[in-house]
Amino acid sequence: MRRDIFQAIADPTRRAIIALIALQAMTPNAIAENFNSTRQAVSKHLRILTECELVKQQHQGREIFYSLEIEKMKEIDKWLEQFREIWETRFNQLDDLLTTIKNKKNE
Amino acid sequence: MSNHLLFDFVVNKEEKTIHIKREFNANLELVWQAWTTAELLDQWWGPKPWKAQTKTMDFREGGFWLYAMVGPQGEKHWSRSDYISIEHGKSITHKDSFCDENGTSSPSAPQNVWRNDFSEKENKVHVDILLSFDALSDLETLISMGFKEGMTTDFNQLDALLLTMNK
Repeated sequence: MRRDIFQAIADPTRRAIIALIALQAMTPNAIAENFNSTRQAVSKHLRILTECELVKQQHQGREIFYSLEIEKMKEIDKWLEQFREIWETRFNQLDDLLTTIKNKKNE
Repeated sequence: MSNHLLFDFVVNKEEKTIHIKREFNANLELVWQAWTTAELLDQWWGPKPWKAQTKTMDFREGGFWLYAMVGPQGEKHWSRSDYISIEHGKSITHKDSFCDENGTSSPSAPQNVWRNDFSEKENKVHVDILLSFDALSDLETLISMGFKEGMTTDFNQLDALLLTMNK
């Protein structure tokens, strides 16, 4: 199943999980303790996050630790950036135009 | 040239708004003209490589601006802005929608309301734009650019997180 980063952050519980493991790698049990939902529900969210390649698993003995693929988060920043850029370009054009009109008036 | 001019861009999912603030190094009269004259709007509203091309503009309450966003291949996307209220030199509120070349809006197309507030201080003009959407999905459709709906993120929270990541 192919999912993207935006599906990963579409759910509030998953955003909370991301915030949790952004600080340190955690086991599914430790993560689940922070939520009222069932262990299964948390596991399902972790599976989606893994499929979105936003979290990675590391085995330590019998335990699995989940941690964040921080690089992947940058895709969101990139996506926001293009929209920000549209406005930046638009406003820069306006800056140029305003300067042109100003100069014409002063001639 | 735009260096050091304020530019603020915040997406708020809970409020279904995009809040943009920008300063311009010109007087109020000029900025107002640039914002309300078709010939001038055509020169900056279309962010490169897009160009805005006005078909008709009737700048008064109840009037509307009909224009096309013309792409690099000459493709046209038509939009109209219906002016709801205008306070000369102070603020413009308009409702935007996608339409055809005759200005007929398709009922399913997303709509949004823009409130633009202008103020002058210390030889600069501050423009405060608040875009409000009826439905979150409209906001998403507008800004999704290929990403599908269901993109529901708390951008404010994320902005803060991303800031720390970029360091």
